[in-house]
Amino acid sequence: MIKTTAQKIYTALIFIFLYAPIATLIVLSFNASKTRAKWGGFTVKWYAALFDNADIMQALYNTLAIALLSAIFATLIGTVAALSIQGMKKRSRAILISITNIPMLNAEIVTGISLMLLFLTVGARFGFGTILLSHITFNIPYVILSVMPRLKQLNPSVYEAALDLGASPWRAFFKVVFPELLPGVLSGFLMAFTMSLDDFIITHFTKGPGVDTLSTKIYTEVKKGIKPEMYALSTLIFVTVLVLLLLVNKAPRPKEKQTLQGTKKGTAK
Amino acid sequence: MNKSSKKTAVPRTPWPTGRYMAAPYLLWSAAFILIPLAMIFYYGLTDKSGAFTLENVLSIGTPQHAKALLIALLLSLVSTLICLLLAYPLAMILARRGISQHSFIVLLFILPMWMNFLLRTLAWQTLLEKTGVINSVLSFLGLPALNIINTPAAIILGMVYNFLPFMVLPLYNALTKIDGNVVNAAHDLGANGVQTFFRVIFPLSLPGVISGITMVFVPALTTFVISNLLGGSKILLIGNVIEQEFTQASNWHLGSGLSIVLMAFILVNMLLTAIFDKNGEGTSL
Amino acid sequence: MSTRLIDLQHITKIYDNNTVLDDMSLYIRENEFLTLLGPSGCGKTTTLRIIGGFEKPDQGRVLFHGQDITSLPPNKRQLNTVFQKYALFPHMTIAENIAFGLKIKGKTKSYIQDKIRYALKLVNLDGYENRMPDSLSGGQQQRIAIARAIVNEPKLLLLDEPLGALDLKLRQDMQYELIRLKNELGITFIYVTHDQEEALTMSDTIVVMNQGYIQQIGTPEKIYNEPENAFVADFIGDSNIISGIMIRDELVSILGQHFPCVDKGFGTNKPVDVVIRPEDVDLVKPEDGILTGTVTHLIFKGVHYEMEVTANGYEWLVHSTDMFPVGTPVGIRVDPFDIQIMNKPASEDEEAVNIDE
Repeated sequence: MIKTTAQKIYTALIFIFLYAPIATLIVLSFNASKTRAKWGGFTVKWYAALFDNADIMQALYNTLAIALLSAIFATLIGTVAALSIQGMKKRSRAILISITNIPMLNAEIVTGISLMLLFLTVGARFGFGTILLSHITFNIPYVILSVMPRLKQLNPSVYEAALDLGASPWRAFFKVVFPELLPGVLSGFLMAFTMSLDDFIITHFTKGPGVDTLSTKIYTEVKKGIKPEMYALSTLIFVTVLVLLLLVNKAPRPKEKQTLQGTKKGTAK
Repeated sequence: MNKSSKKTAVPRTPWPTGRYMAAPYLLWSAAFILIPLAMIFYYGLTDKSGAFTLENVLSIGTPQHAKALLIALLLSLVSTLICLLLAYPLAMILARRGISQHSFIVLLFILPMWMNFLLRTLAWQTLLEKTGVINSVLSFLGLPALNIINTPAAIILGMVYNFLPFMVLPLYNALTKIDGNVVNAAHDLGANGVQTFFRVIFPLSLPGVISGITMVFVPALTTFVISNLLGGSKILLIGNVIEQEFTQASNWHLGSGLSIVLMAFILVNMLLTAIFDKNGEGTSL
Repeated sequence: MSTRLIDLQHITKIYDNNTVLDDMSLYIRENEFLTLLGPSGCGKTTTLRIIGGFEKPDQGRVLFHGQDITSLPPNKRQLNTVFQKYALFPHMTIAENIAFGLKIKGKTKSYIQDKIRYALKLVNLDGYENRMPDSLSGGQQQRIAIARAIVNEPKLLLLDEPLGALDLKLRQDMQYELIRLKNELGITFIYVTHDQEEALTMSDTIVVMNQGYIQQIGTPEKIYNEPENAFVADFIGDSNIISGIMIRDELVSILGQHFPCVDKGFGTNKPVDVVIRPEDVDLVKPEDGILTGTVTHLIFKGVHYEMEVTANGYEWLVHSTDMFPVGTPVGIRVDPFDIQIMNKPASEDEEAVNIDE
C-alpha cells in the first residue's frame, strides 16, 4: 500500500512539473495586468483583443498553414518512402534509414543553419516557402518511423490473398494493405503536425523578414515583453486540442473482458 | 524471434517496389539533408576567399569558444543525468499499468507540445521569480527561497523540463517490451527485487536508456533558446555562439566550423546508439 | 509417495469480479507427475501461479511440506517454474541463463561450471554454452528453460504449457524427454496443459478443471474410462453423450431402447447422462442391433474409420476398423461395461458446456 501511494505521489509530482507552466500560462491569459509579474485581477479582454490583433492572426495563419501543409506533404512522401524502404535489400535499406535518422539525431540548430546555407546559396527568397520546405524535411522522418513498425507487423500473405481472390494490385493495396498501415500513417501525420507547430529553431533560421510563425513572433517579443493576447491564444489552442483528444479517447472501444468471458463458454471443444 | 518466419520464401513486400517508388524521398533527402550538410562542411573548412582552412574548426580552442562548449557539455550532461534519474522510476511505474493505457500515457507527454515551447519555458520565469509561485509555496512550508533565475541552475531546469518526455517515452517503450515472465523467471530462480532490477530489467531496457540519452543530450548540448530565455543572456552556450555567428555576425564560415565540432559530439552519440540499437528501429517515440 | 508436498486449501481467486478459482482444494504428493487439464480460462494457470508465488489467493492457504507459504515471495520458494514461451533472459548466453539461479545463491564458479555441463548434457544440448537464446529453435529454448530450472535442484517443478509452442512431432519427442527427466531427477512435476493427449500420456494424476472448479481428479485411465460428468467426458477424447433414463440398477433406456449396463445406485426412472466412447459402439447387422440406423458419414482416419450413424434421431460417432459405406443400414450394440452413467449436471456452468457441443 505504502509503495503504491509513493508511486502515485511520484507520478503526480512529475506531471505537476510538466504541466505547471501550462497552468501558469492559462492563469496569465486571464490577468488584467499587462505584465506577467503581477496579478491585476480577472479579465477576458485579451481573448477579445486577440482577434483584432492582425499580427498575431497572421502568425497564427502562417503557423497552421505550414503545419498542415508540411504534415500532408511529409505524410505522402514518408509513407511512399517507408513502403519502398521495406522492400529494399538490407544494404540500401540501412543507408536510407541512416539518412532518415540524420534530421532526427542531428542538432536542430545544425539542420536549421544547413538549410539556411542552402537557401542562401541557391538565392531563394526567404519566407513562407523556405519555412514550408524545411518543415517537410524534418517531418518526413516522423512519418517514416511511425509507418515502418506497422509495415513490419504486416503479414505479406494478406496482400497475396487479395490478389488470389481477384483484386488488382492497386485495389489489393488500398483495400487490404493500406487499412493496416493507416494507424501508423495517421500517428505520423499527427506527430508531424505537432512537431511543425512547436518548432522554433529551424523556423528561426529559414524564415525571412516580415514572415513570422507564432514561435518566432514570441521570440522577438521576449525582450520587450510578451503580449497577453499570446497567452490567450495558446490557451485557446491547448484547450481545443485537449477537448479533441478527450473526445477521441472517450470513443467507445470493445471491452477486452467481455470477449474473454465470451470465449470461456465456447472452449469446450 | 520466430526462426521459421525468416526462412519463408514470401518476400517482405509482395507489392512491386521499383526504384521509382523510393525516388521522391531520395531526391528530397539529397536536396534538403545531404547537400545542406555538405555545405556546412564546405563553409566550415574554407575561409572567405574560398581557400581551404582549418581555422574555423580550430577556433573552438579559443578561450571564449572553449568556455561555451565546456559549459554546454557540463549543463547538458547534468540535465541528461537528472532526466534519466527522474524518468526511470516514472517509466517503471507507468509500464506496470499495462498496455491498455499505452496511447493515453504517450499522449500525456506529447500534449504539452501543443502549447508553444517558448511560452512554456518563459512561464518558468514567472514560477521562479522572487515573489513567484514556487517561492510562495516554499516560504509557506518554511523553506528558504529559491533564487535560481538567470543562473546555470535555471538553464538545467529548463533543459530537464523540455526534454524529460524524450527520456520517459523511450524508457517506457523499452520497459513495456520486456516479457513479464522473464522478470517472473528471475524471481523464480531466487533473485530479489534489487537483483532482478540490475541483472535483468536494467540490461533489457538499455536500448531505451541509450535512445533516451541521445534524445536529451543532443538538443540540450546544442540549445541556444533555453539559455537565452532562462539564463538572462549572460551565459553563452556553444549553441548561442553559433546562432550569433549566423544571425548577428554573419560569419557563416566560423559558425559552420563550430557546427562541425558540434556534429563530432553528435556523431559519437549516434555511433553509441547504433551499437546498442542493433535492430535499427531508431528513436522510438 | 504418500507424503503431501503441496497442499492447497480452499483457494479462491477473483479478478475484477470474475471468480477464477472458487474454494479449490487439492494436494500433490511427493514425486508425483500431476497435470492440471482444462480449457483456457479454467483456472489452471492461475493455480500454477499461486503455487509459484506470482499470485496471492484472495482466500485460502498454500502449504509446502505442511508449512504455510501463502505469502512467501517466489524467490524464497523451493520450487522452480518452466514458463510458457520459455522466458529465457534474451541478453544472456545459454550458460549465463543456466547459471542465473546458482549465482544468486552464491555458489562457487567450479560448482556452477559443473552444473551447467551436467544440465546441458541432461537436456541433450552439450556445447551450447555460448549461444544466445534467440539463435536456438523453440524446442532447444524449451530444453534450456528446463535446464535453467533444474540446476537449482527444486523439490517441485512447475511447467506452464511448456510444449504449447512446439510442432506436433517435437511435442511428442519432448513428452518422452520430460518423462525421462522426471524419472532421472526424482522430483515432483506439476504440469499445466489444455491438451488432453499430453495429459493422458505423461501424468500419474490428472486434475480436470473448468470455470474455476475441479471437475475430476484421477489416474489417466480412470479419467478416460470413468468420467464423472459430461464436461470431463466431452473434454477427454470424443464421446457420445446422450440423455437417458435409468430404469433400474443395471438397465438404462437410451433413445427409447433398453440397454443392459453395470452401473447401480442411481435410483429408478431417473434422468441421467450416458457416455459411450466411439470405439465402444459396435456396428452389427440391423437385425442383431438394440438400435437400428443408417451410416451417414464415413472418413478414413488411418488406424480406424470414423462414421456417423443416425439412429432414433441421434447422430452416433463411431470408430471402427470395419468399414460400412454411407447409406448402409446397421444395428448398434454396446457392451454393458462400456456404458458410463452420470448424474445430470446440477450447476448451470456445467450445463452451459454441455449445450455447446
